Amino acid sequence: MSDIVTVENMCLWYGEHQALKNITIKIPQKSITAFIGPSGCGKSTFLKSLNRMNDLIQGVKITGDVKYNGKNIYDPSVDVNELRREIGMVFQKPNPFPMSIYDNIAYGPRTHGIRNKAKLDEIVEQSLKDAAIWEEVKDRLKKNALGLSGGQQQRICIARALAVKPKVLLMDEPTSALDPISTSKIEELTVKLKEEYTIIIVTHNMQQAVRISDQTAFFLLGELVEYGNTETLFSTPKDQRTEDYITGRFG
Amino acid sequence: MQEGKISKRRRMYEALMKAAMWISVACTCALVAFLILYVLVKGLPHISWSFLSGKPSYLSGNIGILPDILNTVYIVLAALLVVLPLGVGAAIYLTEYAGNKQVVGVIEYAAETLSGIPSIIYGLVGMLFFCQFLNMKTSLLAGALTLVIMNLPTVMRTTQESLKTVPWSYREGAFGLGAGKWRMIRTVVLPGCVDGVITGCILSVGRILGESAALLFTAGFAHALHGIVNGLSSSGATLTVALYVYAKEQGEFEVAFAIAAILMVLTLVINLSAVWVGRVFEKRRRI
Ligand SMILES: Nc1ncnc2c1ncn2[C@@H]1O[C@H](COP(=O)(O)OP(=O)(O)OP(=O)(O)O)[C@@H](O)[C@H]1O
Ligand SMILES: [Mg+2]
Repeated sequence: MSDIVTVENMCLWYGEHQALKNITIKIPQKSITAFIGPSGCGKSTFLKSLNRMNDLIQGVKITGDVKYNGKNIYDPSVDVNELRREIGMVFQKPNPFPMSIYDNIAYGPRTHGIRNKAKLDEIVEQSLKDAAIWEEVKDRLKKNALGLSGGQQQRICIARALAVKPKVLLMDEPTSALDPISTSKIEELTVKLKEEYTIIIVTHNMQQAVRISDQTAFFLLGELVEYGNTETLFSTPKDQRTEDYITGRFG
Repeated sequence: MQEGKISKRRRMYEALMKAAMWISVACTCALVAFLILYVLVKGLPHISWSFLSGKPSYLSGNIGILPDILNTVYIVLAALLVVLPLGVGAAIYLTEYAGNKQVVGVIEYAAETLSGIPSIIYGLVGMLFFCQFLNMKTSLLAGALTLVIMNLPTVMRTTQESLKTVPWSYREGAFGLGAGKWRMIRTVVLPGCVDGVITGCILSVGRILGESAALLFTAGFAHALHGIVNGLSSSGATLTVALYVYAKEQGEFEVAFAIAAILMVLTLVINLSAVWVGRVFEKRRRI
C-alpha cells in the first residue's frame, strides 16, 4: 500500500510556543489512521497542518516537510484552495452553513466551478447517500440545514466534504459532540468510506480508535511517541508512555 | 418587634421607589405624547394634496412642498449610493482582511468619535471642502457628500458589528472546502450581515431626514422643482431645512408645522421598519 501523506521532521510554533516537535509519519492511502493523546498534545494542530488550515492563524511557523502525493504542500507553488479540495476536513462541532441542505452540499462543487443543475443534483444525492443521510433528508433538501439534529448536521458536514471528491478526509473528533447512536452511525460510515478515501481521525475515545482504525498514532506534549498498527499498539505498546496512556494510568 | 419594624420601613422604601419610577415613566410618556399630539394637531390640518404636490410661488402666494420632498429623496438616494459601498467595503476590509489589529482598533475608535461630532462641524468642513475647494457650489450633491462623511462611521460600525456575529466555524467550513477568501466572504459572511447593513441604512436615512445644520451650509435653501440630475447640481432645501426656512425666515408657522408632522410620521415609519428588520432577521437566524 502506498503512502499518500508523508511528514518528515516537522515542527510547528504558535509564536514562541512550540506545539509540534519533529514529527515524522507516513500515512497509507485508503485506510483509517487515528490520532490519540491527552488534551493539548497537538493532535488538532497536526491535523490542521495537513491541509494548511493553520494558515488562517497568525504567527504560525512551520519547518520540515509535509508531503501529499510526494509534493511538499507548503511549497509556494501549491494552490491552497486546490489542496483543501483534495484534503477535506470535518470539524469537531458540526458547522453546516445557515442555508438549505442542498446548498450546503452544493457549496463545494459550486466553489470549484460546477454550475450545471443536473450535475449538481447528482452530486448532492450521491454525497448524501455516501454520508448515510439521504433517506433522512431527501424530502427536505430545500429546508435549512440548521434545523437538523446534531448527528444529522455532522453527517451533512461529511456529505459536504465528500461532495468535492477529496482524496483524504481529516476528521477532528467528529463524534465528540454527539450521542451514542449518532456516534455509531458515523463510525460505521467512516469504515465504509475508507474503501475510497484516506481517513485521518482525531479521537479522545480509545475504544473508537480500536473499533475503526488501522493505524494509531499516539501524541504527547507535541511529540509523536508511537505510531503503528492499531492492534499492535494497543496490545503490545513499545513505549512506556503509550502503555501508561492506553491503560488509563496517565495523569 | 424589631423584625416588623425593619420590614415596614423596607416596604415603605419599596413603595416610595416604585412611585418615583412611576412618576418618571409618566413624565416621559406625557412629554412624548404632548409633543407628538401638539405637532400633529397643529400640522395635519394644513396638509392637503395641493400642499404636497405643488411648488411655492410668490406670485400666487401658493405654498407647496413638492420640491422639498423631491430634494429629500434625491439627497437620501445620493448619500446612500455613496455611503453604502464605502461603509460596507471598509467594514469588510477591517474585519476580514486587515492584519494589524491595533490599527483596526484605532480606526474603530476614530469612527466612534467621528459619529459623535456636532453636525454643524460637518457642515462647515463640507462647505469649505466640497462647495469651495471642489467647486461644487451650494448644491444637493455637496450636501449629500457631507452627509456621506457624517454617516460613514455609522454604516461601517453597524456592518462591522454584524460581521463579527458570523461564527468563525462558518468561515472555517468554507475554507475547508477550498473556497477562496472573497468567495467565502460573499457566500457565507455577507448574507449573515445583511441585517447590519440594513440597520445602518435605516439609521442613516433617519439621520439624513433629521439633519439641518450640515445642510444649511452645503445644500442651500432653494425650493425650485428639478429632476434628479439638475436637482443634485443646484441648491435645494430638504424637508427639515425647509421647515427651518419657513419658520425662521418667512414666519410661515403653519407650513412649518405641516412639514414637522410629515417628518414625524416618516421618522415613526423608519423606526418601525428598523425594528421590523431586526425581528425578521432574528427569526431567520433561529431556524
Ligand atoms: N491558535 C493557537 N494559538 C496559540 N496556541 C495554540 C493555538 N491552538 C492551539 N494552541 C496550543 O497548541 C497546543 C496544541 O493544541 P491542539 O489544539 O493541537 O491540542 P489537541 O491535542 O487537539 O487538544 P484537544 O484534545 O483538547 O483538542 C496547546 O498547547 C495549545 O494551547
Ligand atoms: Mg483538538
